[in-house]
Formats: sequence, structure tokens, C-alpha cells
Amino acid sequence: MARKIRVLIAKPGLDGHDRGARVIARALRDAGMEVIYTGLHQTPEQIVEAAIQEDVDVVGLSILSGAHMTLIPRVTQLLRENGADDILVIGGGTIPEDDIKALKEGGWVKELFTPGTPLEAIVEWIQANVKV
Amino acid sequence: MNNGETRGIREGLEKWREKRDQMKDRDFLFETVSGMEVKDLYTPLDIENLDYQRDLGFPGEYPFTRGVYRNMYRGRLWTMRQFAGFATAKESNKRYKYLLEKGQTGLSVAFDMPTIMGYDSDHPRALGEVGRVGVAIDSLQDMETLFEGIPLDKVSTSMTINAPAAVIWCMYIATGEKQGVRPEQLTGTIQNDILKEYIAQKSWIFPPEPSMRLITDIFAYASRHVPKWNTISISGYHIREAGSTAVQELAFTLANGFAYVEAGIKAGLNVDEFAPRLSFFFNAHIDFFEEIAKYRAARRIWARRMREKYGAKDPRSWLLRFHTQTAGCSLTAQQPENNIVRTAYEALAAVLGGTQSLHTNSMDEVLALPTEKAVQIALRTQQILAYETGVANVIDPLAGSYYVEALTNKMEEEAEKYFEEIEKRGGVLACIEQNFFQQEIADAAYRYQRALDSKQRILVGVNEFVNPDEKLEIEILKIDPRIEQEQVARLQKLRRERDNIRVRETLDALRRACEGTENVIPYILDCVRAYATEGEIIQVMREVFGEYKEKPTF
Repeated sequence: MARKIRVLIAKPGLDGHDRGARVIARALRDAGMEVIYTGLHQTPEQIVEAAIQEDVDVVGLSILSGAHMTLIPRVTQLLRENGADDILVIGGGTIPEDDIKALKEGGWVKELFTPGTPLEAIVEWIQANVKV
Repeated sequence: MNNGETRGIREGLEKWREKRDQMKDRDFLFETVSGMEVKDLYTPLDIENLDYQRDLGFPGEYPFTRGVYRNMYRGRLWTMRQFAGFATAKESNKRYKYLLEKGQTGLSVAFDMPTIMGYDSDHPRALGEVGRVGVAIDSLQDMETLFEGIPLDKVSTSMTINAPAAVIWCMYIATGEKQGVRPEQLTGTIQNDILKEYIAQKSWIFPPEPSMRLITDIFAYASRHVPKWNTISISGYHIREAGSTAVQELAFTLANGFAYVEAGIKAGLNVDEFAPRLSFFFNAHIDFFEEIAKYRAARRIWARRMREKYGAKDPRSWLLRFHTQTAGCSLTAQQPENNIVRTAYEALAAVLGGTQSLHTNSMDEVLALPTEKAVQIALRTQQILAYETGVANVIDPLAGSYYVEALTNKMEEEAEKYFEEIEKRGGVLACIEQNFFQQEIADAAYRYQRALDSKQRILVGVNEFVNPDEKLEIEILKIDPRIEQEQVARLQKLRRERDNIRVRETLDALRRACEGTENVIPYILDCVRAYATEGEIIQVMREVFGEYKEKPTF
């Protein structure tokens, strides 16, 4: 039997909007994944430390503060520097089309899920992209 | 109604129900957006026990169900107060002048995350965040720039700031001083509602106890020196945005309000000294009648509690005056122009509910901060409402509607159930500690999302009436990343050029005041006048009061 997919849901930076992150965390748990939620106001360093310690398959970053072009690449960079670049980085929030393109094409995220995305789409994407 | 009439209606209703129930209904969820079931028809039987004088009264008279003023919008329209702010004080000053020129009648300041969380723009945690969700304010110098050319004795300003509210308020007062405006002349509001931060908005700094002390210090100082200022905007908006139902928004907001009243009394103030300057802030979500009923129930509950339970004698202490913002969480990223329509319906509900002040969201706010064009449409929405639709001509025009009165009663009943539960659990602070509010809200948010995903609930453009492969055709506001460097440079120049000995003196005096029981406001004012930065002042307070840590749950 395959083991459970492990996901870290994180809130980087000063952004306090956690409705989406917590709804998604719950949906992933209901779908049978092991979910760790970091809570708010996490630095990229704290997120990467948690991701490695918890040995997760996926890090999901939620940012609604407009600071995504600074914080998302920083998290991915730190994962790479710590030899954890097998961890998939995904995210969501208030991220404009242009920035989504830049972050994906720059290799900083595998996928970004914007407002209006059904929960099942995120669950299915993770199940399809994580090898357990 | 006499018994004969009642019986007649009851019989008629039964007969009608028999025939009506034989008709097939369309497949649709006939519930409010909060999940409250509503009947297909309301009749006089639903408000049989309604007593006009006891339950409604006249506008501007106890229990204020029909409105807080006798003349309502005939005397003065609601304030059109668009929440705005981004990048630096200079840019935001321009946007404020634009909005005033377009006919806005009050200012509302949005601060950036570092300012909200008490960090200067050059703090490591501020990286990438400066000026993104609002304006960066590091010191009195920035505040002066923000209001350059805007006379503070002529405009009222609402500032959405909570944990650092005392500091930002002092900067505003000091800015007034620089303009030659005395504190007694200043009008406006600071949000200053820390309880809802722990519950919903989550921009806290200090733990609850010292935070409440800061709030009661503000109540006391304002009552003596800044009497026209609304010292707090007890908010339901954010609770609703976090996913709560309308009843939860109503109940948790008022419960927080009661907690502030009790705190003020405990701090030694007479309730009538500070209660007249308490104000509220509600959401205007998309379920039209539910919102109107919510506002009316809120006024009635507050008036009764203030008079009966807290013994307030000044009628101004019984008034629930409120600002409203249309629901950000009801807007969609898909087909954003539809948001203009949503906002218009929501604004209508707020006006029919008797709001004193209104912010209408722009269509692009799911994607970014509003462009000039988008915010103009949002403002025009209010102006068309005010000047063309005629709804402001009559006070509380929906009163007497069987549905609206029944729903107002139901909202009040459901809120009372929550008040009982909160009481049983030991009060608001205990409930926050127990994660009670947070869990109720999270459950409601999850239920709502599940209902959307299963198409039990329809969201136009998102799960129905979708335009596949739609391309975004509206302009989106972008914040220039260079403004962060500019702000940091300006801040560092200020630190070099100010009297740093004076800064040190005032910060030390503040520390001693925080450690003691004196009112800290005069000490913060001294710091601010010396051009101590927000971050420096908050850091002193952090060291004395500590930092709040949440227990992350989902």
C-alpha cells in the first residue's frame, strides 16, 4: 500500500489571510494526505526548515499580500541550497497572470492555483504529480 | 391583527400551501449565502408578536432598529469612504486627492503589511512587502506627506490599523499639530479592534491583555483630548471575509463590542465617557435581505444591551453607528466586470440597512489593488445609488415587510444563542483561547467551499456561466518594486538627520510608561514628535508586552 502523501501548507511573510490555506489543508487531509500547517507569519527559512524536518513531498505557499515575487523564489532557492529540491513547490493567492507565468517559467513553482479553483483540482494535481 | 383576521389568514395560508405544494420547484438551494433556510413566503403570521414601539420604534429613537438618526439620509447621506493606499505616502496622497476630487466625502487609509505588523520598511521581515497592500508609513514624516494639502480640520479620516493603532493615531494627531489643527478638531476613526485580529484578520503583535490596555488608554485619552474621534471600529467585516455566516458575523462582532465596553468600565471609565465614540464595521455580502436584517438586528441588540445591561444613560451610548464594506470574498477573478454588479447589489443592501459610511469594492480587487478607472466606477456606484435610485428618500423603507421583520427577529434570536454559548465558555477572551470563534468560522468556510465545488451553490462565471479560455481584458495595478528602495533610503536619511538623543529619551520614557499603569498615549506622542519610527516604538512595546503566538489549526 502506498504511503500517504505529505504536504506542508505555509503562509510566508506578513500576510494574515489564511482562509484559503486552511480550507485547502482540510481538503487535502480529507483526501487522505498527511498535512502540516505552519501557521502565519513564517519566514522562508522557517518554512524550509519545517518542510525538511517533516519530510514532505509538497510545499504549498499561500500569499495574498503581493509579496510573492520575493517570497516564493526565496523558499525554492533555500530548498535547493539545502538539497531538498525534490520537494514540489506549489502555491496560490493574489498572483496576477504575468507573475504566474514568470514564476512557472523561472522554475520557482510547479503550479499555482488561483481564486476559483475547485478543491478537487488541487487534490488531483497533487495525486498526479507526487510519486509515492 | 385581531383573532378573526389571524384565523382567516391562517386558513387562507393553509389552502394556498396545499395548492402551491403541488407545483414543482426548480432544482436550487433556497438558502441564504450563509446557509440559513428561508421560506417561500412570509405573511403577517410571521410577525404576529411584533410590537412596533417595543421592537422597531422610530428612527433615531430607542431601540434604533429603524436607524440611528431621526432624519437619516434626508439630513446627510452616508459618507462615501473608499479604502485606499499603496506604495509610498506621496503616491497615496495623489490617490486621496483624486478620490476627493471625484466626490468621495471621507478618507480611508490602507497601510502596507510592515506598517500593519509594526515593522519599519527596512526590517528583514518587510522585504518584498513594502507598499504592496497599502501605504508604507514609517514615521511622522510619512504621515505628513500622506496628508500634504489635505486639511485635517476639513476631512474625516478612517485608518485601518489595529495592533499599532496607538502609534499611527499619534502620528495623525501630530500631523494635525503641524497643520495647526488642534486634537479637539480632528474627526475620524481608527479600527483599533484587536479582538477580531485574533479571531479573523490575524494582524496581531502583542498578547490580549496588554492590547486591551492600549485600547482603554485610547478610549480615555480621546474622551479628554480628541472628543470627535471614533476610537474603535468594532468589526465584523473580517470575520465574514474569513468565511463566517451572517449570524456569526453579527454575534461575534457584538460580543467583542460588549468585551470592549466591559474593559473600559474595568479600566475605571464611566460607560458614557467612551461608549458614544465606539463605532462598528460590517460586511455587505451578496445575500440581499440577510444583510439588511443583520444591520437592523445589530442596532436593536446593541441599544438594548447598552441601556439595560451596561446602564448607559447617554442616548449616544446606545447608538450602533457603522461603516460598511461590500464583500471582497463575494467577488470573482473570472469575468471581473461582473463584480461591478455584485458590488452594486451589496451597496444597496448596506444603504437599505442604514449604514453611516460605505466603501464599495472595485471590480479588480480579487486580482490587485484598484486602478483609478475601477475605483471611479465603485464610487459612481454609490453616487448613482444616492442621487438616482430614490432609496435614500425614505428612512428604513423595508420596515414592516413580513420577510424583513421575521428575518431581523431570526438574526437576533440566533445571535442570542451565540451570546449564551460565549458566556458559558467564559467570555470572549476565553473563546479566543479555546479557538471557538476560529473553528466556527473555519467550519463555515469549508462548508461554503464544498457547496461551491459540488455546485450546490452557484457562483456565476466560476462554476456556472463560465467562459472557458477567458482572457483578462482589464488593466491591473502594479506596484513598482523600486518604491521599496526609495522608502528605505528615505527612512535611513530620517534616522541620520533627526535628534537621536531626543528619540532615545522619548523611547525610554515610553518603556517606563508601558511597564507601569499610566496612560501611554502622551508618551507615544512624544516619541512620534521626535520622529521615532513606528518600528522603534513598537519594538519597545514588544519588549515590554511580549508577542502573541497562535496555535495553528485548520
